[in-house]
Amino acid sequence: MIFDVDKETLPREDLEALQLRRLKYLVERTYANVPFYRNKLDESGVKPADIRKLSDVRLLPFTEKQDLRNNYPFGLFAVPKENVVRIHASSGTTGRATVVGYTARDVDNWAQLMARSFMAAGATSQDIVHNAYGYGLFTGGLGAHYGAERLGATIVPISGGSTKRQVMLLKDFGATVICCTPSYALYLFEAAQEAGIDFASLPLKVGIFGAEPWTEEMRKEIESKLQIKAIDIYGLSEIMGPGVAIECVEAQSGLHIQEDHFLAEIIDPDTGEQLPPGSTGELVLTTLTKEAQPLLRYRTRDITSLDCVPCRCGRTFARMRRVKGRSDDMLIIRGVNVFPSQIESILLETEGLAPHYQLVIRREGALDMLEINVEVNEKLFSDEIKNLQRLEAKIQKNIKEFLGVTAKIKLVEPKSIQRSEGKAKRIIDQRNI
Amino acid sequence: MKADQLSIFLENRAGRLAEVTKSLSDAGINIRALSLADTSDFGILRLIVSDFEKARQVLKEKGFTVGRTSVVAVAVPDRPGGLHELLELFGKNGINVEYMYAFVQQSGTNATIIFRFDRTEQAIELLQANNITIIPSQKLYSM
Repeated sequence: MIFDVDKETLPREDLEALQLRRLKYLVERTYANVPFYRNKLDESGVKPADIRKLSDVRLLPFTEKQDLRNNYPFGLFAVPKENVVRIHASSGTTGRATVVGYTARDVDNWAQLMARSFMAAGATSQDIVHNAYGYGLFTGGLGAHYGAERLGATIVPISGGSTKRQVMLLKDFGATVICCTPSYALYLFEAAQEAGIDFASLPLKVGIFGAEPWTEEMRKEIESKLQIKAIDIYGLSEIMGPGVAIECVEAQSGLHIQEDHFLAEIIDPDTGEQLPPGSTGELVLTTLTKEAQPLLRYRTRDITSLDCVPCRCGRTFARMRRVKGRSDDMLIIRGVNVFPSQIESILLETEGLAPHYQLVIRREGALDMLEINVEVNEKLFSDEIKNLQRLEAKIQKNIKEFLGVTAKIKLVEPKSIQRSEGKAKRIIDQRNI
Repeated sequence: MKADQLSIFLENRAGRLAEVTKSLSDAGINIRALSLADTSDFGILRLIVSDFEKARQVLKEKGFTVGRTSVVAVAVPDRPGGLHELLELFGKNGINVEYMYAFVQQSGTNATIIFRFDRTEQAIELLQANNITIIPSQKLYSM
């Protein structure tokens, strides 16, 4: 089912006409109201009137995360502060927090896009949504909350934490939809097992997972363990929050970008050049309708590709492939590009290893050393050293074969890698570079 | 004829072994025999205990990865050549010893050796055919 049939199935031509109209108005607004953008446009010699066709978006300057930090906290607002009804901020794990403001209309649009997302994932007003995304400055909790309410579903605003209680309430309230990070879904599964609760016996039918990169193998793992459909959702606070793009339950093949609100491009992360359709590169998003804090060509750092081929679900919005990694998360180990998600795929293909792992990178002399800590579970455990060493060798061989990188594999005790209720911390980079 | 041995995966970290012994001690479980195999990163602790099920439960609750392995306890004459004769018998019959560990009781005339074989059933048949004493599991747990 489709929540906004008239928008989500717009013929491509009409969609692009709408995007162009919105883009022109956006550039005018930002030029008039945001000194940062006026300066940037003036510097590059571009006037709002230069935007005549959609491809002219290329003339506009990029916005980077650092620009948000430099204008901390409210320097990029395009409306008077009294019109801002909500503020969110990213966690600031990699530096100063990035702040985003919303007008009442922004919040309203966001709820609409999240309602679309829920329906794309197969949810309806009949569903009970267990929302384990964190509430607060993080956009996940409130984003999903407003969307589920807009849809008319019943929302359980459990937020993150108190995992045992989460398991109990999942069972007692009979949630049919769950929202959380994919790693937390598996954590909940473990906790349920310990509590003697069989996930397969719960009425849960679909999970909407995002906020961290995951893989197709992890999807299979979640779907078979929890006995649900696992749907990938994409978003980022700078642009809006969750619901920028969503997979449809019909195809589960790429995430439909809500193109009436966001203009998407793929660029070469090194040169900044726009890449031809279908290429893999960095996703760049322009907020076509955001009022409080519109962004021109925001560099997401997420690596993906776009597919405009019509989807069998009926939506005409382009689909982005599952995010492969981040251009700034990409590890360069002895000159080889490595994404943590690739390591995860290999681990999951190697005898169904539990996806609890951590990458440690250090520099010994001039050489980068990659160490992968992998948790041993009972299925993998053998009381013979040679079998465990064989397992280590097998993982090492697969990593070498697929990525061309030699890694030291270290088996560690179960649950010794810290569990997170938010984004899993997969990388410990000890190189001071 | 087989006995249950507990196998525990341990990271090589200070104090980790003590956490095992504390858990067992608190639960009133006695260790009959043990062997520790290790590499630079991890070790495997193998134990014969007075109460296998209880020990397994206690250690699992503490978050250890615990396995069950079938081993055979054999009484070997405590004299020069006692073990050698036994190993020769296995060798001739193509039975591989994956690992073994021994303990000697002061009071007895035999040493007890715990064997892990690649083919446990055949090893037991061979021992029985040669009238070699296999120590029954219940006796082993309470030795």
